[in-house]
Amino acid sequence: MTAIDDLFAKLRASGKKAFMPFVTAGDPNMAFTSKVITRLQELGCSMAEVGFPYSDPIADGPVIQASYTRALGNKLKLQQIFDQIQTDKANWSMPLVAMVSYAIIHRQGPESFIMAAKQAGFCGAIVPDLLVEESPKMSSLCRKHDFNLIQLVTPTTPPDRALRIAEASSGFLYFVSVTGITGERTQLPEGLVDRVGWLKARTSLPICIGFGISTPEHVRLLAPVSDGLIVGSAIVRCLESASSSEEQALQNAGQLVSSLLAALET
Amino acid sequence: MSTIDSSLPKMVEPQSSASMQVPDASGRFGDFGGRYVPETLTRALDELVVEYQKARNDPDFQAELDELLHRFVGRPSPLYHAKRLSGLIGGAQIWLKREDLNHTGAHKINNTLGQALLTLRMKKTRVIAETGAGQHGVASATACAHFGLPCVVYMGAEDVRRQKPNVFSMRLMGAEVRPVESGSKTLRDAVNEAMRDWMSSVEHTHYIIGSVIGPHPFPQMVRDFQSVIGKECREQCLSSIGRLPDAIVACVGGGSNAAGMFYPFIQDTSVRLIGVEAGGRGAQSGEHASPLTFGSPGVLHGSYSYVMQDDDGQTSDVHSISAGLDYPGVGPEHSYWKDTHRVEYTSCRDDEALGAFDLLARNEGILTALETCHALAKAAEIAKTMSRDEHLVICLSGRGDKDAAELARLRGQQW
Ligand SMILES: Cc1ncc(COP(=O)(O)O)c(C=O)c1O
Repeated sequence: MTAIDDLFAKLRASGKKAFMPFVTAGDPNMAFTSKVITRLQELGCSMAEVGFPYSDPIADGPVIQASYTRALGNKLKLQQIFDQIQTDKANWSMPLVAMVSYAIIHRQGPESFIMAAKQAGFCGAIVPDLLVEESPKMSSLCRKHDFNLIQLVTPTTPPDRALRIAEASSGFLYFVSVTGITGERTQLPEGLVDRVGWLKARTSLPICIGFGISTPEHVRLLAPVSDGLIVGSAIVRCLESASSSEEQALQNAGQLVSSLLAALET
Repeated sequence: MSTIDSSLPKMVEPQSSASMQVPDASGRFGDFGGRYVPETLTRALDELVVEYQKARNDPDFQAELDELLHRFVGRPSPLYHAKRLSGLIGGAQIWLKREDLNHTGAHKINNTLGQALLTLRMKKTRVIAETGAGQHGVASATACAHFGLPCVVYMGAEDVRRQKPNVFSMRLMGAEVRPVESGSKTLRDAVNEAMRDWMSSVEHTHYIIGSVIGPHPFPQMVRDFQSVIGKECREQCLSSIGRLPDAIVACVGGGSNAAGMFYPFIQDTSVRLIGVEAGGRGAQSGEHASPLTFGSPGVLHGSYSYVMQDDDGQTSDVHSISAGLDYPGVGPEHSYWKDTHRVEYTSCRDDEALGAFDLLARNEGILTALETCHALAKAAEIAKTMSRDEHLVICLSGRGDKDAAELARLRGQQW
């Protein structure tokens, strides 16, 4: 059992949904990322997804790409992410997951990466470019270290394959809402609610929906069919101005998150 | 100039375990290759595997492609004995496989016509492509104009600048060229942007990847389409020389002209195969684009292969004078050939490549693409160490008109 498994057990028992903000590590520096995580926890978020900046992110839209570029431009190293999280984790009770490209994991060696991430305070990882076919080795290492490997299902995933992915995933299943890259959308695709519902009826694994979610309307639409919602670009965009005013950036992100959390309660 | 002797011991009795029966069903060439892409692309890649298998076994598909390669591209391309150059160098007899004489001026068209035909078979209605030197962009634009498909080409802004003639050609044929301003503004960034486009458009768009890179089945499929180079060359050697050549040299960016040339010779272990990467300004990281020579295995653009990365797994900046070789990765089959010792890899500096441009221009009357000049320069060194009754083939992957303006700029001359 990881902290993520505990979280969903508790949420389900009380009929609640998870709210999971995504933040880019080191944008513009790790000290600020820590402050953001603390603020998100104070606001009542259930879990945070920490994006590990990568030089060639093909699943990310302009907002998250730019945040990665800023972080790497400031010479962010992997070790700094781990060090800062480890230093500050006592301040947080909510679980943290790493969103990290396989290029980074491979360079460390999967087992070294898992051990370092776990020691730092991460409970699991979302690896957007590790397909279920390529994941057995990583999966068994994750099991060995009681670390969640969260897999993704997308609108282009055929139903039988979606079931296979759910089987291989642990912690929760990441349901990508759109055929495309990360970034705020005004409109989410038709049929999304039904597709999530179909899968939810066939797996006991919690299902969280992400990509494109940015408004209270999205939250009200998707909360009932899922176990949680993930919001990335909309928050990262609020934090863009941190290098000129950290307080202003925190306030902007806080306002957005509060409005989305309020929608989740209703 | 460094001599090739020390770094490339001549293999007297080549021992290689490289197989032609690669990749396996999961797209692996030994350990290399595979598929490291977002789930969103899986269905399209699976569909491509199936459609490509069907096409390979369909005589009508092959006949249609052969006909196009013959009447539209002008294949077979000649194998030309460069006698004056051979005499000047004073070693092996040098032969040029003239891919520069193909319609659109490079080998890239062999692949784009094949993939455009597959696009139609898959009933997809739009094509995207990335390009570095612009040759693959032009070849994609050409194939799309030929079949009436809309075409968007992503090209790094720096490459748009240094390969302007090709940008203009693409637009003349109705393609939309989208300059990419992110990162180093070169080929790697163009691939990123094309992949992102594909993430959203995958249901109706085919991505014509221009080299033997990317997720399975691209490395295999592009190699197969380019293998027409090596197949023709093998036959032409047998008829013109009366036997197989002793050595073959090709430049390696992503590795498609080299893979297409080498693959039909993999089992002919008497033939030395030599791939030449871009050595840029020197061996220091950031100064070259030679992942096989200086890099290590890692993941980039959907496959596992040699790559230039830092110790965190971030892709390193690379440099080459030639836009088509200015890329931090390389096709997985080359990594497999390197580790099985079937192919020797070396690298050639910017200044050596520039020297080779003049060598062929002045002595044979051929303007060569800067990419290809890397192969020329090393081939000249290797030929010198060989005897006059030995034969060396160079894959002359493209013509140099596109580089005239950039050459003038580099030399401070009027264009
Ligand atoms: C003439 C020519 N040769 C070689 C290359 C390098 O590509 P590859 O290694 O895939 O053959 C290019 C790429 O643009 C090219 O235009």
